[in-house]
Amino acid sequence: MQKNWWKILASVLILYSVIAGFLFEVPRLPILHESIRNLYFHVPMWFTMIVLYLISVIYSIKYLSSGDEKHDLIAVEMVNTGIVFGFLGLVTGMIWANFTWGSPWPNDPKLNSAAIATLMYMAYIVLRGSMDEEQKRAKISAVYNVFAFPVMLVLLFILPRMTDSLHPGNGGNPGFNSYDLDSQMRLVFYPAVIGWILIGVWIANMRYRTRLIEINS
Amino acid sequence: MRVVLLSLLSIIFTSFCSFAQNTDQVEMADGLRASGMIYVVVAVIAVIILGMLIFLFGMDKRISKIEKSVSNKN
Repeated sequence: MQKNWWKILASVLILYSVIAGFLFEVPRLPILHESIRNLYFHVPMWFTMIVLYLISVIYSIKYLSSGDEKHDLIAVEMVNTGIVFGFLGLVTGMIWANFTWGSPWPNDPKLNSAAIATLMYMAYIVLRGSMDEEQKRAKISAVYNVFAFPVMLVLLFILPRMTDSLHPGNGGNPGFNSYDLDSQMRLVFYPAVIGWILIGVWIANMRYRTRLIEINS
Repeated sequence: MRVVLLSLLSIIFTSFCSFAQNTDQVEMADGLRASGMIYVVVAVIAVIILGMLIFLFGMDKRISKIEKSVSNKN
């Protein structure tokens, strides 16, 4: 049980974020209205995805220096789980955009970059599937991953900032700092982010362990 | 010309006024939370999340069990 404390922490944080996310006061803003509460659920999906991809690229680099098959397996399962969170982020963002911006996909630079980044990581999975030889597959996909990660960061955080974007945090739009003037939202937002990141790592960890069992038996 | 300018300015200012009124009365679900049933929704979502978490814990336990049996065999 001592090893599992972070799983319990993740559960408590997520439950707290759901309950407090619905019941706490939020700033009153036109257009957004109560949908501002989506901040507690939509944004943590992306943060989780980025952290999972970060762990993945760390293990890809480790694989390249060690050649240990386990490092390669961790890298794959982190990406597999990260893609799920990326899709959740895209779909929740589309629902939110439909009711605040008037269209689910207003061809905004942030949205298009996010879609390209997701496709890039799907290409990682396709690349792995195209090779049968295990060592070659692990090595080539690790190199691909090392290149994909910085490109993903540029797509999500740099390119949208250089043009105009509807999405907060881009093109002169302030980030969520403008919403939480009373900083009450941070009380829910940060626990939600930490909780979802832990849940993402947990799911990826379980997928990695099942892979190990598959190999060993 | 002046008349046009003045009327333009007055239109702009009245639109400012109407904007100000809008931000004063942003619709929020206060009534719902005060006397309505928002707590019911919170309870439902909490149950769903709790159920999924218990499911995750169960899966985790099962994997640990299989891990043990595999390592015993080898």
